[in-house]
Amino acid sequence: MQKQTASRAHPGLVQSLGVDGRILTMLVVLAVVWSVFQILTMGQPGQFLSPQNLWNLSVQTAVVGIMVGGMVMVIVTRQIDLSVGSILGFSGMIMALIQTVPPLGWGGNWILALLVGLLLGALIGAFQGYWVAYWAVPAFVVTLAGLLIFRNATFIVASGRTIGPLDDNFKVLGGGLTGSIGELWTWMVGLMVMAYIVYQALTNRNRRIKNSLPVRPVWAEAVVNGALLALTLAFVLVMNAFPYPGTTVPRGMPVPVLITLVVLFTLNWVALNTRFGRYVFAIGGNPEAALLAGINVKRMLVAVFALMGMLAALAGAVQSARLNFVTNSMGNLLELDVIAAAVIGGTALAGGSGTIVGAALGALLMSSLRSGMVLMGMPTEWQNVVLGTVLLAAVIWNTVYLRNRR
Amino acid sequence: MAPLVEMHNISLRFGGNQALDNVSVNLYPGEVVGLLGHNGAGKSTLIKVLSGAYQADNGLLRVGGQEVQIRTPQDAQSQGIETIYQTLALADNLDAVANVFLGREKVRGVMLDEDIMEVEARKTLDRLRVKIPSLRLPVAQMSGGQRQTVAIGRAIYFKARCLIMDEPTAALGPEETQKVHQLIKALKAEGVGIFLISHDLHDVFDLADRITVMKNGRLVGTVYTQDVTHDDVLGMIIGGVMPRNVRPADQPAPRN
Repeated sequence: MQKQTASRAHPGLVQSLGVDGRILTMLVVLAVVWSVFQILTMGQPGQFLSPQNLWNLSVQTAVVGIMVGGMVMVIVTRQIDLSVGSILGFSGMIMALIQTVPPLGWGGNWILALLVGLLLGALIGAFQGYWVAYWAVPAFVVTLAGLLIFRNATFIVASGRTIGPLDDNFKVLGGGLTGSIGELWTWMVGLMVMAYIVYQALTNRNRRIKNSLPVRPVWAEAVVNGALLALTLAFVLVMNAFPYPGTTVPRGMPVPVLITLVVLFTLNWVALNTRFGRYVFAIGGNPEAALLAGINVKRMLVAVFALMGMLAALAGAVQSARLNFVTNSMGNLLELDVIAAAVIGGTALAGGSGTIVGAALGALLMSSLRSGMVLMGMPTEWQNVVLGTVLLAAVIWNTVYLRNRR
Repeated sequence: MAPLVEMHNISLRFGGNQALDNVSVNLYPGEVVGLLGHNGAGKSTLIKVLSGAYQADNGLLRVGGQEVQIRTPQDAQSQGIETIYQTLALADNLDAVANVFLGREKVRGVMLDEDIMEVEARKTLDRLRVKIPSLRLPVAQMSGGQRQTVAIGRAIYFKARCLIMDEPTAALGPEETQKVHQLIKALKAEGVGIFLISHDLHDVFDLADRITVMKNGRLVGTVYTQDVTHDDVLGMIIGGVMPRNVRPADQPAPRN
């Protein structure tokens, strides 16, 4: 009650910024976590906020980051997908088999391998979505079955062997020594993003004014867009501050990070600006209303699961390219990281609520915690205890936030 | 004058339960037909057949004199039949604009045209004279009256010829109820035909030109509101018997 009066008394700040309070919270938490880790690792050669560690952190976030946007959509429609780790492993294994030289593999083209892998992921997703949508089998059960089937199918197709090495071109996807886009292209991408932010801010505002719709105050536009520009610039500078070993040549943005950013940007755009995105949220908010409004709920669910499957396969491509050799346990238990990242990022398991940006920050927070704890030399058991605690805290905070909003 | 909507000998069975048994009703432009009956009498089932949520096993549907097939909510909407459900059928997590246009969004290319939708939604909702300060808040955060307004706005924006209102005032306070009454009268004056489902006899007597009563999936009968008393109608609802000496009421009420 007191909190409510307090927030009424200052309708100004957060509300005028027009930014989701949960995303603001996430940013603050991230800043605090990063600062604490920096202080704790200050004396070591590899400090938390060193370009090297941040660059590595970005690569470590990529695999979960690619999948987490899809998981947000799945969870928003009131479903769950427990099979993403297994789909990642299975499609990664198929991609490895296609391109690895005989006798271990089939010696095919790496592009073919990638396309087949992505298609396979989408088909597996659609297959699971079909049972969920048209037969009303709970997604938990369908995808639990998928987890078992595809984890072990991975073993079967490779006869339990580790498959590799992979094609050198394919390995670019993994962000190894050949897997960065270099200083110049990092700047180009950064400048393009910055130009887009400015363009977007100006045209949106002008159009809303033309239609005499309410707009944010100018200072709020300046703060929000200024912050976005500053973040983009900082990102470019950090990516270009990490050189190849023994040289001063900057590596620039790793390819998997570029892929992650493109995926997240696209999904966020789709979620906010298209009918598809609108219907995902409508189905999550009230499936009956969505049906009565003429939305083809079943087909939407199949599409959402297919999208999730394809993203898992894409993450499988990145992961296998990074490892160079694909084992039959690749991606084991990764579904839990993806779901945890989505939930930490404010996605409500009850459905209808969640953001791609929040989930991306959730993924970054999880990998930051893990990276920081590794730097501090914390045992794995304790790392997992901390991550579990953070997950619980995030869910509680999210529940409280949603309840107060009503 | 041809009826706007004619439902002829509609039957529908759910498993062993005869939900609708040879029910016939009609609706003319510019009139309000009150649909009454106990819970489970079949009122909601009947209108769901008309709104495309259910499909009848038997029977004929005519809109504007033409026989039509209504298989989905879109079929009904394309015939100008809009429904305001008792549950309102709003996606609570979406804002008012998104709800007004749900399933029928305005787009530029593949992008939702949010600005046009916001402008149009604002115009439509202003017509209903219920204050909604921000159209960009999730409707979960709105009052009952505001949510009702959004649901009605959804129906009238798309120029309904026939409006089905299921318990439109059940969740509203007296002032908001009054506003809905004014709105129904305004729509009626514009020539919209309205099926009004309600438990509240006062509501129905205040608004309806004719009253149709159902019991156990069957039609008890249709009477002119001016011919009957509350007790007559209660007798129809509870006992399932027609009052004595009433005129058959399959034509719109004569204007006084």
